[in-house]
Amino acid sequence: MPKFEYFSPKTLEDALGLLAEKGEGTHLMAGGTDVMVKMSHGRLAPKAIIALQGIEGLNGIRFDPKEGLTIGASARLAEVASHPDVRSYYPALVNAIQSMANVEVRNMGTVAGNICNAAPSADTAPPLMTMGAEVTLVGLKGERRLSLDQFFKGPGLTAMEHGEIMTSIHVPIPPAKSGASYLRISCRCGVDIAAVGVGVMAEFNGKACKQVGIVLAAVAPVPLRATKTESIMKGQAWTRELIEQAGDQAAEEAKPISDVRASAEWRKRMVAVLTRRALEEAQERATRG
Amino acid sequence: MKLQIKFNVNGDEYSLAVEPWRTLNEVLREDLNLTGTKLGCGTGDCGACTVMVDGRTVSSCLTLAVSVDGKAVRTVEGLAPSGEELHPIQEAFVKTGAIQCGFCTSGMEMAALNLLNHNPSPSEKEIKAGLAGHLCRCTGYNQIVEAVSVAAETMRENKPEGADS
Repeated sequence: MPKFEYFSPKTLEDALGLLAEKGEGTHLMAGGTDVMVKMSHGRLAPKAIIALQGIEGLNGIRFDPKEGLTIGASARLAEVASHPDVRSYYPALVNAIQSMANVEVRNMGTVAGNICNAAPSADTAPPLMTMGAEVTLVGLKGERRLSLDQFFKGPGLTAMEHGEIMTSIHVPIPPAKSGASYLRISCRCGVDIAAVGVGVMAEFNGKACKQVGIVLAAVAPVPLRATKTESIMKGQAWTRELIEQAGDQAAEEAKPISDVRASAEWRKRMVAVLTRRALEEAQERATRG
Repeated sequence: MKLQIKFNVNGDEYSLAVEPWRTLNEVLREDLNLTGTKLGCGTGDCGACTVMVDGRTVSSCLTLAVSVDGKAVRTVEGLAPSGEELHPIQEAFVKTGAIQCGFCTSGMEMAALNLLNHNPSPSEKEIKAGLAGHLCRCTGYNQIVEAVSVAAETMRENKPEGADS
């Protein structure tokens, strides 16, 4: 384990002050489940760590039937997945969280941490992106809100600048007659990191799809929006043939690599399978309503 | 530079000066001599180091000791504070033969306690989900699942409505 200074500020102002004062080499830590592993593997050696867990008001989960859902940066994965409104309105996000790691890690880790860690396999990214989530980044100079689509820049790389802290994630209220799904495959069928993940959110107007979001995990340097697949599904009634075609198109758009978890070829084939299943589940959930 | 922390472990108050990079697992095992909590993978993948912090299970290998300042930690030693009378979960593990080499046992038992606190009557599927990620290299999983089910029954019988175990 590298040696570092540790700070646990009580207010956001103090945290921002410390971040500026300590400068480069200072790392933020929410639940610590990624930061600790990276440090013990020697992939991260910060000079200083600023813990976010002690900051008042950062751990809230708020739901408003008009405004949607706001997840505070230090809200634990388990708390988010067991929140009654999250369970009612955002089942795909609940599915994604439940597929992650084990009970202990979900009791520690946070959604904001999963996003800031920016792994291409981040399970919460596809459901959040398909639902049009935005993140709030606060720095000493002020606050900005960014769509998650603009947040991921590469494996471990984000649009966040040094000196900024992600304070919350905002998810709009899902439209009426919409449904969402998140499906993933991993070697051990859970507990381990996803080899492929697919998130879908679709809104229908009668039989026709009014709008759709399709985001793929672990098959590109960032969680990848399958824009061509979205465009062939939008405005259409989803037939079996169209869903088949969408799976093939999504596989085409995926840009996977071969690594310890899966080969590129297998990943592409699984993108096709999971995309079809996720489209079907989203459609079914929308119909059930 | 060491930081001064105060925390409660199994009902006892401790005040320690610890280096910020030391994990809760190290401090429990090396400074407090509570070696019932094991260290397996060190990366949150095996469950052997599971303890409770403020009533919920965490991986002590991924928890900085300084982060539990002001908090209450419960380890496997806290399941049987007298050292004589075992907790119903421990009794059930013994009775069903759910312990082989014993390395995963304390983590399994803490995970079982966390599960039963939230869900006093878990189905087999729910027990498996509650223990998922806890690895037993002797592969005695069937007996462990059975032990949790037996413990759940005993705890339901013993426990007055609404009381915490």
